[in-house]
Amino acid sequence: MLNTDEIRRQFPLISQKGITYLDSAATAQKPQAVLDALEKFYKEENANVHRGMHVLAEKATIAYEGARKSVSAFLNAAPHEIIFTRGCTESINLVAKSWGKANLKQGDTVVLSILEHHSNIVPWLQLKEEIGINVKWMDIDNEGTLILNDFKNVKLISITGCSNVLGVKPDLKSIIKKAHAAGAKVMIDAAQLVVHERIDVKDLDCDFLTFSGHKLYGPTGIGVLYGKRKLLESMPPFMGGGMMIGEVTKEGFTSAEIPHKFEAGTPPIAQAVGLHAAIDWLSQFDWNDIQQQEQKLLLYAYNTLKEVDGVSILGDDDNHSSLITHHKIASCLSFTIDGVHPHDLTEIIGRKGVSLRAGHHCAQPLHERLGVTASTRMSFGIYNTVEDIQKSVEEINKAIQILKK
Amino acid sequence: MDLYAENILDHYRDPRHKGEGNEASISQSEDNPSCGDKLTVHLWIEGTVVKKIEWEGVGCAISQAGMSIFSEEIEGKSTDELLAIKKDDVYELLGVPIGPRRFKCALLCLHTVKNAIRKLEEKDPQSWLETVEIDKD
Repeated sequence: MLNTDEIRRQFPLISQKGITYLDSAATAQKPQAVLDALEKFYKEENANVHRGMHVLAEKATIAYEGARKSVSAFLNAAPHEIIFTRGCTESINLVAKSWGKANLKQGDTVVLSILEHHSNIVPWLQLKEEIGINVKWMDIDNEGTLILNDFKNVKLISITGCSNVLGVKPDLKSIIKKAHAAGAKVMIDAAQLVVHERIDVKDLDCDFLTFSGHKLYGPTGIGVLYGKRKLLESMPPFMGGGMMIGEVTKEGFTSAEIPHKFEAGTPPIAQAVGLHAAIDWLSQFDWNDIQQQEQKLLLYAYNTLKEVDGVSILGDDDNHSSLITHHKIASCLSFTIDGVHPHDLTEIIGRKGVSLRAGHHCAQPLHERLGVTASTRMSFGIYNTVEDIQKSVEEINKAIQILKK
Repeated sequence: MDLYAENILDHYRDPRHKGEGNEASISQSEDNPSCGDKLTVHLWIEGTVVKKIEWEGVGCAISQAGMSIFSEEIEGKSTDELLAIKKDDVYELLGVPIGPRRFKCALLCLHTVKNAIRKLEEKDPQSWLETVEIDKD
């Protein structure tokens, strides 16, 4: 069991009075341990990495590469298979622009799911425009479960590990197995998944996996790309600049070895250190306890919201509680209320300190598929409580009174 | 002053001039893609004067109440007078503070009416940049 009171005390923003934060799927709040690590790095170790022989440069390099080791252990990967980027979006773009341009030609097929966030859609649509690849879509059933396509002649399947709107988690292992049997590579957008369950890239056998530090209680400005060693080695560099080179002459250049080949320019050093601290902080808890607490919150939110006048929960085909208890849904619930626009709702309850996200959550194709233009999302972090949900539903009811009376 | 002032809520709950616009001189639809607000404006025009307006739409209280309030100012005005209306005129009509997150909701009514008239005059629709009066240079 998690001691939520104690956890909340470790988050300066969460422990403020009058804050009901239910938007962790957008970005998570930061524990004091992460803030301390950032401050300590800047006060005691700040220098550029891999570029100096002085003491501070060495300290900074050790801290930065230490962060890489921590991420690799967290995912059960090797350190050189971990590329630091500025965020999950950049990680996906790196794969599209580097692996995609080197391996895809006109008429090749990339399969996405209708659950995807725009960051895992637009890079592939850009390749469609640039080189004429086909982008095909896997649909969902009424509960949001993916309906698998035939993967014959597919080059890459790029899918989310957990929908940022419905919270549904596709069965990654079986999709990856099926894809590999058909000769396709698989990339997992783990932006949401990474904070809700243990990820083991060896066990999953995915080819690429991406996430951002800021949804994992770490700082913004740091992302991770995991790639299988052989794939990363075969890929051309993404951006050109310092650190990614072996040798530069007036005529040309050679690339550095992985992972530095993909880390042009001064990397997000302090942010990597902050991510390391976030992973250390999170690792003190048991994943089973985290999941149990979250399941309790999801069920409570589902049952309470369903009672609110005019509410429809997206992806609810009368089987939602069962999906939650069977760990098929994590992270969040999204809903609409008859006659109440999500922007009005969240603006009105926002003034009472309740933070919920409204809009299409960067998933317009999914909203179109569900037949709604916008929805309101309630999402959970390790610090949330049943009282947070009670407070938010109370304010939602008051807002409906204002808008519909 | 609250964004959700009584006049806004009153127009949102009980919108004026709503209608399907059968046999209107011109109809024009515009939306606010980031929010999903949509408006369709129907105008009946005689000579250069707008005799009647009806509108349809879905979206937030600000966009829908904004259109309802604005629709009460349209009839009897000439197309040139309507094209000359500025964003600040619309803000004044609404009478509530419009912040950076909501200005497109508030100005969707103006954007749609202006583009209805431009369509009638066989001109290209104006862009959001022009409606919100952001200098393109």
